[in-house]
Amino acid sequence: MVFQRKHILGLEELDAREINLVLDTAASMKEVSERDVKKVPALKGTTVVNLFFEPSTRTRSSFEIAEKRLSADVLNFTLSQSSVIKGETLLDTARNLEAMGAGVIVIRHSMSGAPWLLAKELHSSIINAGDGSHEHPSQALLDLFTIREIKGEIGGLVVVIVGDIRHSRVARSNIWGFLRLGAEVRVVGPATLIPKEIEYMDVKVFYTLEEALKDADVVIMLRIQMERQGSEYFPSLREYSKFYGLSREKLRIAKDDVSVMHPGPINRGVELSSEVADDVNSVILDQVSNGIAVRMAMLYLVASGGRNV
Amino acid sequence: MAGKVLMNSETMTETVTRITREILERNPDANKLVIVGIRTRGIHLARRLADQIEKKTGIKPPLGTLDISLYRDDLGIKDEWPELKKTDIPFTVDKKSVILVDDVIFTGRTSRAAIEAIMDFGRPSIIQLAVLVDRGHRELPIQADYTGNRIDTNTGEKVKVLLSETDGTDAVVVSQE
Repeated sequence: MVFQRKHILGLEELDAREINLVLDTAASMKEVSERDVKKVPALKGTTVVNLFFEPSTRTRSSFEIAEKRLSADVLNFTLSQSSVIKGETLLDTARNLEAMGAGVIVIRHSMSGAPWLLAKELHSSIINAGDGSHEHPSQALLDLFTIREIKGEIGGLVVVIVGDIRHSRVARSNIWGFLRLGAEVRVVGPATLIPKEIEYMDVKVFYTLEEALKDADVVIMLRIQMERQGSEYFPSLREYSKFYGLSREKLRIAKDDVSVMHPGPINRGVELSSEVADDVNSVILDQVSNGIAVRMAMLYLVASGGRNV
Repeated sequence: MAGKVLMNSETMTETVTRITREILERNPDANKLVIVGIRTRGIHLARRLADQIEKKTGIKPPLGTLDISLYRDDLGIKDEWPELKKTDIPFTVDKKSVILVDDVIFTGRTSRAAIEAIMDFGRPSIIQLAVLVDRGHRELPIQADYTGNRIDTNTGEKVKVLLSETDGTDAVVVSQE
């Protein structure tokens, strides 16, 4: 199968075959990171720009490592040093980068939809590295990859997403991804953090963690985004943690071989207790190392798919 | 099937046996041998060579698989990129005699990519190339060390290698496209 897309913007628009192609390609890419010489020449001569309008360490570093392992020329463009503070619009900034020869632009922006705007207006391939509270495709793809690697198959699994569903792009992308591959998806959190539009998605909504965890194969803990919300959604962190934090005790309700995921960075003692974070069921560090292979696959596929469009 | 049959099951077995003998003549120390098949059909030929080497020497050479997609020289100009498959070389190539195995050598570009890929895994003492068919039309200064059959072809002709592992039968067929 050939990847026909020039961009990877969100999981909502990918079908199961496309998602599986990304995961299969990532499985082949993983071997490169296990070699002594962790570099292949596939993107030699391609310039990739990491255009980050929001602070990010892990996603940006992971993309940068992926780009370098594929021999791309990498340019990091972050808010603090950009012309945005001088008043340049997003589109003008991106057009300038394109004029400098950027073949692929990896963009993170606080505005939902920003990557689609660039995809429409520019000739470069666009990869969404997180837009507002909308989508975070590379995170969802690496979560799918990690689970497929551990469980063998996604179809039929019970996946529970816990916490701030309303503001989480990780939740939205994961819901689409796990649904496409045939899992049962449950969301759970305080009513204030469950968006009303959730009714239109094929997910089961719970308000108590204990109920949601019954028969769970996968638990995805979302980060409480202190920077993205005021305090009006729940009374206190302590109370949130008491009802929606994952302790070893609550985890016993799930299946014995449950996998616990977190997109990071963890607030230890808030979303999950320290012992759960370091437990054998935790796959948090697998997520991080798999992220490189998955992002290499995304870069390889958009660079190839882009030529037919 | 349309086209001229260049090799049948019997002659293919003879050819693999002859290439095995030539490999062992040039590499008397079978302990240093590692066999790496280039995807897709090179993998099966590599396995056959490794089996024969084991039968003759009692030493089973390590067997690896190589996908050269990431090393192709036409990624910048090609419309459709190949689907990336797994590379699996779970042993060291340092100081080894690496036998690269492919079904057909044509332009030589696949072999070049394979050589570059192997070098990224370490520093072999020697790399040699074994092919079932050499159809000419080289675009790079690359030759096979072990050749099953050398034939003259037009660039428009198709050389198809069929193997029992994937195609249910052993044969090499030359046909007009």
